Amino acid sequence: MTVVPDTPAPPFRLPRPIRLIGGTALSLAITILGLLLVTFIIGRVVPIDPVLAIIGERATTEQYEATRIALGLDEPMWKQFAIYVGDAVQGDLGQSLRTRREVSEDIIRYFPATLELATIATLFGVLVGVPAGVLAATRPGTWVDQIVRIVGLMGYSMPVFWLGLLALLIFYGILGWVGGPGRLDAGFSMMFELDVPQRTGMILIDTALAGEWAMFRNALSHIVLPSAVLGYTSMAYISRMTRSFMMNELGQEYITTARVKGMPEWRVVWVHALKNVMVPLITVIALSYAYLLEGSVLTETIFAWPGLGSYITDALFAADMPAVLGGTVVVGVVFVTLNMASDLLYRLVDPRAR
Amino acid sequence: MSFDLPFRRSTALVLASLLAGAAPAALMAQTPEDTLVIADAIDDIVSIDPHEAFEFSGTDLVNNTYDSLVELDPTRPGELVPGLAESWDVAEDGVTYTFKIRPDVSFASGNPLRAEDAAWSLQRVVKLNKAPAFILTQFGFTPENVEEMITFDGDTVTMKTDKPYAPTFVYNCLTAAVGAIVDKETVMANEVDGDMGNAWLKTNTAGTGAYVLRSYKPSDSYILEAREGHWRGDAKLRRVFMRHIPEGATNRLLLERGDIDISREVTSVDIEGMEGNADIRVETDLAGYIYYVSANQKNEALANPKVLEAMRWAIDYQGMTESFLKGEQTVHQAFLPRGYLGSIDETPYSLDIEKAKALLAESGVTLPLEIKMSVRNSQNRTDMAQSVQNTFAQAGINLTLSIGEGAEVLGEYRARQHDLTLQSWGPDYPDPHTNASTFALNADNSDEANLTGSLAWRNAYDPGELMALTEAAVIERDADKRRALYEEIQRKHRDTSPFIAMFQENNRTAMRSNVQNFYTGGTVDQATYWLVEK
Repeated sequence: MTVVPDTPAPPFRLPRPIRLIGGTALSLAITILGLLLVTFIIGRVVPIDPVLAIIGERATTEQYEATRIALGLDEPMWKQFAIYVGDAVQGDLGQSLRTRREVSEDIIRYFPATLELATIATLFGVLVGVPAGVLAATRPGTWVDQIVRIVGLMGYSMPVFWLGLLALLIFYGILGWVGGPGRLDAGFSMMFELDVPQRTGMILIDTALAGEWAMFRNALSHIVLPSAVLGYTSMAYISRMTRSFMMNELGQEYITTARVKGMPEWRVVWVHALKNVMVPLITVIALSYAYLLEGSVLTETIFAWPGLGSYITDALFAADMPAVLGGTVVVGVVFVTLNMASDLLYRLVDPRAR
Repeated sequence: MSFDLPFRRSTALVLASLLAGAAPAALMAQTPEDTLVIADAIDDIVSIDPHEAFEFSGTDLVNNTYDSLVELDPTRPGELVPGLAESWDVAEDGVTYTFKIRPDVSFASGNPLRAEDAAWSLQRVVKLNKAPAFILTQFGFTPENVEEMITFDGDTVTMKTDKPYAPTFVYNCLTAAVGAIVDKETVMANEVDGDMGNAWLKTNTAGTGAYVLRSYKPSDSYILEAREGHWRGDAKLRRVFMRHIPEGATNRLLLERGDIDISREVTSVDIEGMEGNADIRVETDLAGYIYYVSANQKNEALANPKVLEAMRWAIDYQGMTESFLKGEQTVHQAFLPRGYLGSIDETPYSLDIEKAKALLAESGVTLPLEIKMSVRNSQNRTDMAQSVQNTFAQAGINLTLSIGEGAEVLGEYRARQHDLTLQSWGPDYPDPHTNASTFALNADNSDEANLTGSLAWRNAYDPGELMALTEAAVIERDADKRRALYEEIQRKHRDTSPFIAMFQENNRTAMRSNVQNFYTGGTVDQATYWLVEK
């Protein structure tokens, strides 16, 4: 009698997508812990006395000591860090020194304006940048390519502060084509505050949901300029990357095959080649989106845009470290998350990366 | 090639959508006729509860939504006028004040104003004990005794102080934002955990003021709406819309386009740029801030009176206000801001290098004198410090500038670790005692006393005879004698103390030329919206 040996049971393995997501979540957690450590250290080494910043010039010594203890600053460093991490994980980023409000509450109120601006800016960057990059790649060395390159270079090299002010001066100050700084004109702004239910905090969405179309158009006229200024930089980046990916792709054999088989050129470029280019482009777009969420600080200041960037800038000028660091943590988390998401997407979409 | 087409189409689409959005902008360029639109930096607001608010923007809001028993006439600085009390009096004993409440006044809720509301509001200040509470508690009120010290009967509120004070001192303190009268019933209906409605009043108003708060978004905007039938007469404009816009260049663009009526955040550069624009007017009035240099008396050389006098003659006051401080600061050489009871306008000191050199030679210190000066890192302060450094060097004092972040410089100052420091000071309430008590009072000059709230202590300065004079001034019942006392104190302080007062700051407000009657409150910093017309 032959004994069929037991085949060893295959080791238990989680399904692939779950493993992928689990691994990503772990590295996300480690990165965020590192981020918290950095912001914690910055908060402790800056030569700003948080106690003095809260109680102000007039306070007595007793008030000083009481506040110091209330802030937990008499505890050992490691314990302070443990408390900081514990609070941050629960969404408690501390209290703003300036306004005495919870930093997390402030951020929830400011973030939608930034999200709205960065989203429109990224749309602008993609809708203009990708076609411009494709165009340049299909006609390398021609005047079209040169123009795309020069416009792109300008986008890289011009300081956004200067570009924003110049754009405001020309399109708002002189020509009056667009709305000015702020998210709405004064009249509409008051109507929005008093009469429109603020469901998302994003004015374009809230006014559309309420059917306030005049207000919607006004909001659009206000967001056009800052999002174009903001989107210009990412447009420059996206168009350069698209061009180089596309050049690479157009040299592939399957493109030659398609052309030999008589496929129309627009189909070769816009369907076959672009589809493959889209894979690495996802990473580029996600990164520039994340960059806009954090890089809008100056644009928001100039355009009086009540977003996270303005919030961090105002806090910085007031030496309000909990607010600055809280904002930094949120931006950092968004950046890391978007980065990981694009990584995940990339691996799921592209079979070669599996 | 054929793929040109979709690209052109998408470009056209983007352009079209941009233009569609842009079109209505031109139509709404003016501010609404019945609304005053103001741009200011309002992110300093911690609370709009009048008994907690202690920042410029917060007290502006309080001034327009609440009233006090006694008020300052916004059109005539320093002049006391009846508010919610139609008359008031102080008894012969010098400690019993009575206020007769104005009849037929109502709160925004519709509740009638009663003497009970007034007494309760002042008690609430003491019981809450927030930042500005000391303005009232300095009269001897404590959470334990305040219910006996401040009482009401019929239409009269009675207030007893712990000892006799100058009546003008008491009245002036009641005009501060902390003296605002709140609607007891409404506030207590919103009490949470015994907070006397504090949490609710951080985002709501419950006063008798000319305006009612309709919407408040911290660090973003607030909207006020005028009340009908206000006892002072109705506000001229129905609404006030305050927008938080801190950037100077942005303020200027909005003002030039007519999208705001008033900007309180324009810089010198912007003001220069708007010169000759017939649509814009810039109004200047004096703010309460005094800029000064002070010398730590623990430093032997700096305690030498001849050295101090030499320094007074080695600063180019005039040169600075005529160049980089033009329009921003006015030369002022006394610790009380102009506009306060007892303030003096004299400016006896000016740049005289020879005199300074002679005084330094007489002083017996080793020359050149090497001294450090701590300065806060902001443009106008570092500019001032560099000018002082330059003229001091000509006289024989080598200044090293130590430039640091605000809280850092302040920390050093409070620990008495500076040599020289360039600082500013703003009054806490509209009475001369606010500055006199910090510049000229130092109850105990020892390090252990740690009287960090006193500027005299921070500089290890013993004011000597000025202490007695300051104590006398705060209880002097005759207003004229009181004024004379402050004048005397300031002159002596100016010539003998280690403080060198240099400038008083200006408020500069840029507005559309059709805007009339906007008062910033000047040195008191309580802006008045209800008189504005456009």
